[in-house]
Amino acid sequence: MRIKNDRKTQLTNFLTYALVIVAFVILQYMSEGKMLTKSMQGYLIPICVYIVLAVSLNLVVGISGELSLGHAGFMGVGAFTGVIIAGIFRDTIDNEILRLALSMVCGGVLAGVAGFVVGIPVLRLRGDYLAIVTLAFGEILKNIFGNLYVGKDINGIQFAFSSEAIKLAEGGKMILKGPMGAAGIKKIATFPVAFVLILITLFVVLNLINSKEGRAIKAIRDNRIAAESVGINVTAFKLKAFVTSAFLAGMAGALFALNYSSVNASQFNFNTSINILVFVVLGGMGNILGSIISTTVLYLVPELLRELQDYRMIIYAIVLIVVMLVTWSPKVKQMIQVVQVRIKDLFKKKDKKGGSVNG
Amino acid sequence: MSFLQYLINGISIGAVYAIIALGYTMVYGIAKMLNFAHGDVIMVGAYISFSATNYLGVPAVLSIFIAMAVCTILGIIIEGLAYKPLRGTSSLAVLITAIGVSYFLQNAAQLIWGATPKNFTSIVTSAPISLFGGQLTITGEVIITIVASAVIMLALHFFTTKTKIGKAMRAVSEDRDAAQLMGINVNRTISTTFAIGSALAAIAGVLLCSTVPTLQPTTGSMPGIRAFTAAVFGGIGSIPGAMLGGILLGVIETFSKAYLSSQFSDAIVFLVLIIVLLVKPAGLLGKQVQEKV
Amino acid sequence: MKKLFALLMAAVMVIAMFAGCGSSETQQPTADSGETQGAEATGEATENAAAAGAIKLGMCGPLTGGAAVYGTAVKEGMEIAVEEINALGGLQFELKTADDEHNAEKAINAYNSLVDWGMQIMAGPVTTAPSTAVAGECAADGIFMLTPSASGVDVIEAGDNIFQICFTDPNQGTASADYIAEHKLGTKIGVIYDSSDAYSSGIYEKFKAQAEVVGLEIVCAEAFTADNKSDLTNQVTACQKAGADLVFLPFYAVEAAQVLTYANKIGYEPLFFGCDGMDGILTTEGFDPTLAEGLMLLTPFSADSEDEKTQSFVKKYQEKTGIVPNQFAADAYDVIYAIYQACVDGGVTADMTAEEINEIMVEQFTSMTFDGLTGAGMTWMETGEVSKSPMAVVIENGVYVGKE
Repeated sequence: MRIKNDRKTQLTNFLTYALVIVAFVILQYMSEGKMLTKSMQGYLIPICVYIVLAVSLNLVVGISGELSLGHAGFMGVGAFTGVIIAGIFRDTIDNEILRLALSMVCGGVLAGVAGFVVGIPVLRLRGDYLAIVTLAFGEILKNIFGNLYVGKDINGIQFAFSSEAIKLAEGGKMILKGPMGAAGIKKIATFPVAFVLILITLFVVLNLINSKEGRAIKAIRDNRIAAESVGINVTAFKLKAFVTSAFLAGMAGALFALNYSSVNASQFNFNTSINILVFVVLGGMGNILGSIISTTVLYLVPELLRELQDYRMIIYAIVLIVVMLVTWSPKVKQMIQVVQVRIKDLFKKKDKKGGSVNG
Repeated sequence: MSFLQYLINGISIGAVYAIIALGYTMVYGIAKMLNFAHGDVIMVGAYISFSATNYLGVPAVLSIFIAMAVCTILGIIIEGLAYKPLRGTSSLAVLITAIGVSYFLQNAAQLIWGATPKNFTSIVTSAPISLFGGQLTITGEVIITIVASAVIMLALHFFTTKTKIGKAMRAVSEDRDAAQLMGINVNRTISTTFAIGSALAAIAGVLLCSTVPTLQPTTGSMPGIRAFTAAVFGGIGSIPGAMLGGILLGVIETFSKAYLSSQFSDAIVFLVLIIVLLVKPAGLLGKQVQEKV
Repeated sequence: MKKLFALLMAAVMVIAMFAGCGSSETQQPTADSGETQGAEATGEATENAAAAGAIKLGMCGPLTGGAAVYGTAVKEGMEIAVEEINALGGLQFELKTADDEHNAEKAINAYNSLVDWGMQIMAGPVTTAPSTAVAGECAADGIFMLTPSASGVDVIEAGDNIFQICFTDPNQGTASADYIAEHKLGTKIGVIYDSSDAYSSGIYEKFKAQAEVVGLEIVCAEAFTADNKSDLTNQVTACQKAGADLVFLPFYAVEAAQVLTYANKIGYEPLFFGCDGMDGILTTEGFDPTLAEGLMLLTPFSADSEDEKTQSFVKKYQEKTGIVPNQFAADAYDVIYAIYQACVDGGVTADMTAEEINEIMVEQFTSMTFDGLTGAGMTWMETGEVSKSPMAVVIENGVYVGKE
């Protein structure tokens, strides 16, 4: 039984990697060959970013079983750190990939630190109280970034919470302008880097899930007391998962911000957190491949519905509700099983009939 | 004197949060789900009241009852179509459908009433009371809102402790399976809770828009999240807790704007919330449930 | 269940793929033109446009969500202008709108979908944050962009082919401070502004800087954010306590209505002074216009103007939507007519590529003079900034009265 299960996990993991790599190779080939529409080309990086966000959130929601409503906050930490770092080294590091990587790592580290700070309440709170604390942290982070001013001149970097506190020398440049955010960012994000980030995310997350603690947590996710009684340090694992998840979200945030020429704090609000959560729940709790597929599909649905104009978002809402009902409702599941059995019966009968005629 | 003025302003907006939070907390206590569409039901309630008075010429007070009736029906429909089929599955699944319902209501409202904001005509017509030679002003809305929230809280408290349906609700919230075994119709009890919660949302909508007159399809979402915060603050599932949480949230928000920083008031409110939860993990009046092995 | 889910997802994927392929087949050439700006590819793309015989205008803006009021106003205003121009015969326009949800990321998606459709001129976006992002793309792709209402400086700084028809924020802040000082409207100034909004905080910063220069005393500056703007009572109370005799409100009519209603309730009667975002306050449904008596604002457009062009536009807009147009709709109407004038004068035809049109438009816009609803004799600087004179109006007996 054990071995069989291990094989199954290995197979799923293999499939996940294979799908991502194949999809990348095809898309990269099409992209190089100018076979994608401008829209399709534009979706590539944001979808990768959201996949990383969804997979990392799945680690917290699906594996640890904690509801987090502030994932966009970590994404924001990464995004703003990334923009600031990329802005500072714009003239000193010429290699764009190197600058991008440095920005992403810094964004990830800072988001990880933020995750550690938020993670401490994880030790004390559970369930919906944790949800509200993460929501609160997300809002606090958004509020801080929405009022942060960063300027750069020949004398160095200046940080402040109001515009007049920053006095720039001749030739100085504002990197971040409070509520107006950052503008004129040099777009250095590339699809191959986004792909590498997905691979790193998969590697880290799948390893954590399949570690000894990870497996144990997953097996007894809903019973903390039982877990503790078999000698697993639940809180330590959860904190590890939470910080890892924040780190990955920060990397994704930096990549996201450097894919656009402007970015502002209101983009990383509660609605963004909720959207990522929708990707995770629809893809299945703890199901990494599911997260990847559902993110891709759900990102594309509203875009492909553009032709509907005014009715676009209302149709999206209906699709969301119906898909949730179909995939989760016990009644609908039963109905589908019944239909499946009937169809099977039908085929069987046909086979029999066919068989008898032939015979 | 300005201290008193800020306090009154804070209590007034806090009382609106409290009414919304009462709806959240009731539904959470009984159905164990975060109904993120609650804020949007408030918006619908306000629109119905607005349409009744401005397009049909219905008197303001009567329009509240129309709004309550419509919202009650809406609440029952939403519950039956979107939440009931998922009963017994993961609470996260219901959370996501609630978000879907929220998107749906907002966009439906935009299609029906348009995106242009309407300026809600206050239902309160009495002149404001001026004290200390104009130093302190108390508007009619403030008095009505505070009185209404207190009355609703007391009525709910009475309802849940004294009536049969109310007792059934408490039983379901304590232990759903045991309640079922005792012959309580769990499904009907939950539907009733939604009906009451939605009727409350209509009142909250009218009072919210009387205090803050801007009415547009997204009117309900921010107060909705604020009220959810208030409900957790006071201890989610607790009726007096929701009231206390709402009023405290309003006062903290007002004071941080007035005395600390209007720029960072959002951050301050949430920081206080986190600190409270760290000290009292189940909220101010919430019960700390001992886990059974 | 997992199987079922996989099945469902697979089905959706297939549909998505088909949709994707479908669109990529038909729009292949345009996609290439967006990517490479290659002459061959664009040649193919414009064959479609030439067949239709209309110049393709793209507009993106918030058509759903919290900022939908601005996006829909712009859309309606543009549609009226396009209908009028097409009815004249001659040069034809085709307008396509896309929703950006007031979000920079979605705006790029909307912009890309418009480019795939074959957009030749960008008539948008509406709000500042999405416009800043889209402006960067337009500059890179060589598509001419004229925004009706995105007033941030960052927008036009993105490139030489980005133009505005509204005032820039600093311009408004400075003009307001100058006007108040010049006419001695107040001695103690209170300001309420939205610190989470680029438009509002942009105006406020310049107002504050200019106030120091001209010697105005700001006694209190109260901020609110998009998350807590549902309650503005404290900010008004703070201004009252500080004894401000003029309160500057650099934000939109929606919040201004709240401020005026509450000030009236507590019997606070300073002079209120607003910017172009304030326009539309008199026609906010359910708002008691008597509360706005004495309100002063700097605005380029007034729906009550006696001017024939304005009257005709207001009438058409009301027939179409049932409401009185605000400044956003008027700016949008002007955008289409300004583009029309530039196209006619510059000899633009539907079979030109976006890049060719871009060059002609930049040349025209920096040299032409345009008379529109929101100002006569508008000219543009090379930076893309418009030069027109803001008009100060005061509300008397429920109508705008022009002030010197």
